[in-house]
Amino acid sequence: MSEIVIKGGTLVDRSGERRGDLAIEAGRIVAVGDDLSGSTVLDADGCIVTPGLVDLFPALGQPGHEESETLETAARSAALAGYTALVAAPTSSPVVDNASMVRDVLALGASTACDVHVAGAITVGAAGERLAPVGEMAALGVRLFTDGDSGVQDDRLMRRAMEYAAGLGVTLAQHCENAALSEGGHMHEGARSAMLGVPGVPAEAEELMVMRDVTLARLTGCRVHFRRLSTAGSIGIVRAARGSGMAITADVTAHHLVLTDERCETYDPVYKVTPPLRTDDDVAALRAAVADGVVDAVVSDHCPHELHQKECPFDQAPPGVVGLETAPSVLLTEVGLAPTALVQQLSVGPAALAGLADTHGGTLEPGRPANIAVLDPTQTWLVDPASLASRSRNCPFDGWSLRGKARHTINNGEPTVIDGEAQR
Amino acid sequence: MTSHLISIRDLGTAGIERILGLSDHFLEVSSRRIPKVPALRGKTIAWLFWEDSTRTRLSFETAAKRLSADTLNFSVSSSSVKKGESLRDTVETISAMGIDAIVVRHGSSGTPHQITQWTDASIVNAGDGWHEHPTQALLDSYTITRELGPLAGRRIALVGDIKHSRVARSNVWAFTMLGASVTLVAPATLLPPSLEGWPVEVTEDMDAACADADVVYLLRMQLERQHEALVPDLREYTARFGLTSARARALGDDTLIMHPGPMNRGVEIAADVPDLPRAVVTNQVANGVVTRMAVLYELLGSGADLPTDAEVEASV
Repeated sequence: MSEIVIKGGTLVDRSGERRGDLAIEAGRIVAVGDDLSGSTVLDADGCIVTPGLVDLFPALGQPGHEESETLETAARSAALAGYTALVAAPTSSPVVDNASMVRDVLALGASTACDVHVAGAITVGAAGERLAPVGEMAALGVRLFTDGDSGVQDDRLMRRAMEYAAGLGVTLAQHCENAALSEGGHMHEGARSAMLGVPGVPAEAEELMVMRDVTLARLTGCRVHFRRLSTAGSIGIVRAARGSGMAITADVTAHHLVLTDERCETYDPVYKVTPPLRTDDDVAALRAAVADGVVDAVVSDHCPHELHQKECPFDQAPPGVVGLETAPSVLLTEVGLAPTALVQQLSVGPAALAGLADTHGGTLEPGRPANIAVLDPTQTWLVDPASLASRSRNCPFDGWSLRGKARHTINNGEPTVIDGEAQR
Repeated sequence: MTSHLISIRDLGTAGIERILGLSDHFLEVSSRRIPKVPALRGKTIAWLFWEDSTRTRLSFETAAKRLSADTLNFSVSSSSVKKGESLRDTVETISAMGIDAIVVRHGSSGTPHQITQWTDASIVNAGDGWHEHPTQALLDSYTITRELGPLAGRRIALVGDIKHSRVARSNVWAFTMLGASVTLVAPATLLPPSLEGWPVEVTEDMDAACADADVVYLLRMQLERQHEALVPDLREYTARFGLTSARARALGDDTLIMHPGPMNRGVEIAADVPDLPRAVVTNQVANGVVTRMAVLYELLGSGADLPTDAEVEASV
């Protein structure tokens, strides 16, 4: 008899869907089959049982912004949505731009409800001026490097970073935004920004940097990942680059698949995000890219801010929304992904990008580490930002009725969520 | 329900016409020996100007005093706002003093709209960022009506920096809702990134626009934006889009010349043009007081008829 049995669900992984129970012991899956028994039985009737979800580059508050989030609260929030691994953005305070900071954050994250990994900064302080010690961070297992909200602007520095990263076999993840074109902008530049009198960020600011980095990736052979693409034009460029055989990958956020700049008409700063919410045409292009796999991961882009930081004029508010607890539900409810596509975008894809394929993504089979999400795709719930496990409430889905919630979450064999209740 | 004036479009055509009609009453009040009525006695109006604007504030203040309202000025530059107080805290603080209306000027678009969620007072937008300046549109519409009669069928050329202009974003709607046609005259660098949904024509040909216009409305060239390279230099701007003396002389006899102030004489308007008989810049200022009286009365008044001159004299 095993320690834990997940009973009666539909197992969904990259090999497909099948009915079956799943038994866990000593942190690993030990059996998959019918009528398994265990000392703890977790009911999965009507649920999909998937490899644990993985989020890339959420901002987790710690160190430096503990009033808005800690690794503990962020991981709890994530576990409640079925996540078992987080690759923290390096843009904490101080920035994770050296080996010592990597060790600190990994230590802080060790006792939380998720495996906490970390991405490193490409440049010192993510300031875009000189290359960070990427090698010493890579030696600690860091696989993804990014400068957060400020893409590396300097062409020569980005070329050097790519050459250096290519030698180390790590991936550079860029938030693409040409600062000369986006400076001073606070929402998507277009008909709505013109009407509202809000300075805009043109789609071309993103697309120019995507083009540049595709060109530099071809020159250097570096693996390049594009973060939170938001425009139809960017998707087109990435589609073409991948078509030519380049090792280009990309992610999009859950909220960019659902919300448009129409939301800004209320001037509510909760809808201010980076990159800005775009148009219906962009949403359609992003959804198509998720459906046909031009995009490798859908991310939460979790970015906690205290309430008072958003109680200010739109153009003075910091950008970002909390998303860990809602992203999978938003995908299930609003985007209508098939279960296998959902698992690809929320687990298999991001696990592969982050170099976590040994513990996450993959298949549900004996011997694999027991990182598992049991998602009830039919449960509906009303989003109330005040009752999220996150310390912050800047959630753009206030009052939405969403479908799909994690019934149970297992991290390395330990239940972090049982029957929708956080255990840690 | 609390009523606000955030966008000129909130009023609708009927609302604008009602304000213009009321303005006639207040024009009459303003011409009395004692230009003051007790219409808003007991009402308190606060000025909350995050952005300096002496002329707009004085105009509102004059309007409020002629209606016998109590007024107080929340001086942002010397207040807690400078110390990092949030928008919400500032508004809730003022609101707690029992204010009936807050007249707001802010450098950020949308702020007056946001404020409505934190107070029961009526909010009057006295200009927000690049977004709107609805009372300017009312005083401009009133000025044109006084000079030319109804706006229906009139052709209005709106010239200059449309992109950064809250005046343009209110006037385009007010003028077109009243039946005028509006032509924007500007290079693409001074136009919004999109004009989708704007009921306007666009041209870069100032001479053609002037030849056709019943009103030439010049916007202030914001000299502080020179570093943004929106135009090569001011000399070229003046040559292409300024109302030069030659262009002013070529205007039709009845064509009005308007400007919201403050003017850059010698840039968007030649130094001698504001002094021409058809330039009605000071009329705009005078009409600002009466249209703002109408707005405050509309939002805060009891709905009772205005007292006559004799009744006022009897009560003093």
